[in-house]
Amino acid sequence: MGQWGVSPFPPIKIPEERVSPKAVKALEPAATDPSFIRNFCIIAHIDHGKSTLADRMLGVTGAVADRDMRAQYLDRMDIERERGITIKSQAVRMPWALDGQTYALNMIDTPGHVDFTYEVSRSLAACEGAILLVDAAQGIEAQTLANLYLAMENDLEIIPVLNKIDLPAADPDKYAKEIANLIGGSPDDVLKVSGKTGVGVEELLDRVVERIPHPVGNPDAPARAMIFDSVYDTYRGVITYVRMIDGHLSPRERIQMMSTRAVHELLEIGVSSPEPSPTQGLGVGEVGYLITGVKDVRQSKVGDTVTTALKPSTEALPGYTDPKPMVFSGLYPIDGSDYPVLRDALDKLKLSDASLNYEPETSVALGFGFRCGFLGLLHLEIVTERLEREFNLDLIATAPSVTYEVTTDDKKVVTVTNPSEFPGGKISSVEEPMVKVGILAPKDYVGTIMELCQGRRGTLLGMEYFGEDRVELRYTMPLGEIVFDFFDHLKSRTQGYASLDYEPSGSQTADLVKVDILLQGEQVDAFSAIVHREKAYAYGLLMTERLKKLIPRQQFEVPIQAAIGARIIARESVRAMRKDVLAKCYGGDISRKRKLLEKQKEGKKRMKMVGRVEVPQEAFIAALSGETETKEKK
Amino acid sequence: MAGPQLIADPAPVDGALPHSVLDGAEERMLSVYLHVPFCRVRCGYCDFNTYTATELRGAKQSDYASEAAAEVAFAGDVLRATGLPDRQASTVFFGGGTPTLLPAADLIRMLSAVRDSIGLAPGAEITTEANPDSVDADYLSALADAGFTRVSFGMQSAVPHVLATLERTHDPDRVPLVVDWARRAGLQVSVDLIYGTPGESLEDWSRSVDAALATGPDHLSAYSLIVEAGTKLARQIKSGLVAQPDEDLQADMYEMVDARLEAAGFSWYEVSNWAKSSEFRSMHNLAYWRSQDWWGIGPGAHSHIGGVRWWNVKHPAAYAGRMSEGLSPGAGRETLSAETRELERILLLARTRDGIPISTLASEARVAVAGLIADDLVNAEAALRGRVELSLRGRLLADAVVRRLTV
Repeated sequence: MGQWGVSPFPPIKIPEERVSPKAVKALEPAATDPSFIRNFCIIAHIDHGKSTLADRMLGVTGAVADRDMRAQYLDRMDIERERGITIKSQAVRMPWALDGQTYALNMIDTPGHVDFTYEVSRSLAACEGAILLVDAAQGIEAQTLANLYLAMENDLEIIPVLNKIDLPAADPDKYAKEIANLIGGSPDDVLKVSGKTGVGVEELLDRVVERIPHPVGNPDAPARAMIFDSVYDTYRGVITYVRMIDGHLSPRERIQMMSTRAVHELLEIGVSSPEPSPTQGLGVGEVGYLITGVKDVRQSKVGDTVTTALKPSTEALPGYTDPKPMVFSGLYPIDGSDYPVLRDALDKLKLSDASLNYEPETSVALGFGFRCGFLGLLHLEIVTERLEREFNLDLIATAPSVTYEVTTDDKKVVTVTNPSEFPGGKISSVEEPMVKVGILAPKDYVGTIMELCQGRRGTLLGMEYFGEDRVELRYTMPLGEIVFDFFDHLKSRTQGYASLDYEPSGSQTADLVKVDILLQGEQVDAFSAIVHREKAYAYGLLMTERLKKLIPRQQFEVPIQAAIGARIIARESVRAMRKDVLAKCYGGDISRKRKLLEKQKEGKKRMKMVGRVEVPQEAFIAALSGETETKEKK
Repeated sequence: MAGPQLIADPAPVDGALPHSVLDGAEERMLSVYLHVPFCRVRCGYCDFNTYTATELRGAKQSDYASEAAAEVAFAGDVLRATGLPDRQASTVFFGGGTPTLLPAADLIRMLSAVRDSIGLAPGAEITTEANPDSVDADYLSALADAGFTRVSFGMQSAVPHVLATLERTHDPDRVPLVVDWARRAGLQVSVDLIYGTPGESLEDWSRSVDAALATGPDHLSAYSLIVEAGTKLARQIKSGLVAQPDEDLQADMYEMVDARLEAAGFSWYEVSNWAKSSEFRSMHNLAYWRSQDWWGIGPGAHSHIGGVRWWNVKHPAAYAGRMSEGLSPGAGRETLSAETRELERILLLARTRDGIPISTLASEARVAVAGLIADDLVNAEAALRGRVELSLRGRLLADAVVRRLTV
């Protein structure tokens, strides 16, 4: 598979019309009566089988012939298929018939992770209903809960479904009760299906038709379509997925983006079923795609309203915002000569990822790299992984940081996304971003979770039992406390049972300081961190101890210090190397000795200099990743 | 031998040398090294090219002297054919392996071959390494009578548990005896010590140094134990059976032996070598450090003539085969570029007391000398007199000094 995966939009391919075995004739897109349209999404946790169920629906409705079926059909990128998660959503139009009437079902796929809340909210806004899909062996998870709240806030009709009922560990009765407690209604209303075997899937499709309200809009009003996704395709440029609210869009029409007023020509308009299929346009309530030939997803932003240039709407659809990066990290190529490759790679990724932003940054320790802003930790992880995998880069990421508003004594306000920007001198206050955190876990872990959250300056908001043995804990916590290694700790303390969700929740003033790490008096920028004053000592100790283990002995003693401003708070030292000589000349084998020297010299060339101290790149990587502690635990 | 694989040219079958070796040959002395690749048992730390009886694959220890003599004759022919000036050997060194595992007559026969085919310079230094348990008074007298001038005993340690870790089998009490026999035979005596063996304490080392001095040698070598990849010792360390040598302790041991020897009237003349006076320095070892010419005879032996280095096939059986066919035993060779020769010159001379004349250094290296003085790696007075001479600290960090002089 190529760098960008197989394009679902090959230049020439007109898909044959497919008809559901139960539908007499599929409804013609562009002219479908809204009362026969059902728009829905699936809310599920990673691994709860959303993609498998979606695949099964594609098969049952005949949208995808058996011979074309591949596992997780809708997850386009390699990385998505491998991790079993959906990063980018898509929409699929499927025919379905009930009581002699044919319907068009639009299934809108939603990203399943906390970092993409905004994208999820736009996907939900494109639907009238949602399937709440829960693993019958695991029960509901925190992220699902967060998205469920979001769906209920949007007044979506919820169809509760337990999946994987074929599993031996499935306990549908227990979890049906849990779900009923959550959303109201009776446990008997919870459908039981198996995406794997297909049991219950037809019944579920029937229920979608029966229960989910049809879309309502004004066909005669100026066109308004909401963008709920926008993806970059190598062949076609940006593919924009929209849900028509009012009016009609037609091929060759000039369209306008309401946030930017930018006008584009509509080169192609169509529906995915699931292969893209051009249509005569899209009408009220329909879901489909637009192609205008633009090359950058930033010109087609999720949440924006599309209208026509000729007869533009005056009122944009509500809910559009520009998602702001929450987490920042410096990305550096391990091999400095890869810097141009990294720059080109980021430029390419940017085309398909509107929420990624970056600017060049230089670090004494790590060389040339980029300061990147991400929606959250998973986003950071996914971008790093895509850079490494698709562009064959070896990267090192600095410790994630958040945005601080620092007010100095002379009333200057500085926005700090990188500890190196933290102003020196007197500080009057520091504002840090806060999040509301929801953690779902078996009740046995409540104590250990509380201990963890309190250690991270969390304030308990509430605690609620689900079913018999599971608890949701709600906290407010500084985002900066979560981005570091909170999730790893949470998982390891709960044997992997806890799940986590968070959403932004304002900011607070806190007693935060910048801790610098110095090698022989020289500051190592990559290790500076903004931490709470009470934790400054612990951080200083942690880093100085780590570095002591990682920095090779030099010809002189190397003091390693942690400092707040000019005040040293922790100190270690690497003792001077006393012996660096090969005793023998191996019976005249001078060549061998020379080769050893040349090898040593090569090794020295790969060292980074911090003042006079030679530090191997691996030491920076290990110190940033905390490898030393992990090794000791083993 | 373990270590980095050399990327080199094949050695020509006739051993012919390029004309480039003639440049400056008048100023270089010629030495001969004779390798004796046999040991009764292999010591756990040793990665030298040596073989026990069961590893010989048909090569015969008893045939070795005549094979080596054949290479000596071959060497004489090649040197003459190349048009090198007629130089007699200034030094001859028998190393191993265990040269004294062969009968004295075999060593004498090989030395005669050198005398016949290459010639021995007046006052030539002729040394053999010896294992304390493989020689007696008669053996040593026989060598002295045949022209040997010097013997170097592999004492290694005076402490039984250290010798046991090294897998040395000799009785430490025998060392004073063999030294005494050698002196009576009229030979100069050197003893070799190894420090930093796993389990060896500073007190153990102190005992060994004292015991070595008590034998009254003219010369002493002290080598830190280096764990070579592929040795039994390396495997024992990897599996945790034996502790890794501690480099700080080795540094303490080096400082101790240097102080003890200086107090006893010895002076260092090379990082690992001390002599009672300059006449007792090993001229053969200095020939290596001074990039002189030498021909290495025997399996795996290395040679250097005027910027051409080559090395022989390693196994005695392969070596015997080459000699029987009248072919060069060379396995590979490299012709050094001017830059490489300069790098080697600095690398080697830096280790000697005489050091490197500053006037011969490139300007970057001369600038580096100031930093080396500031870091107490180079002797300031010697530098003012125009030589780079390592300080005590500098001797322990010699490789770092060389890196800074050859950036």
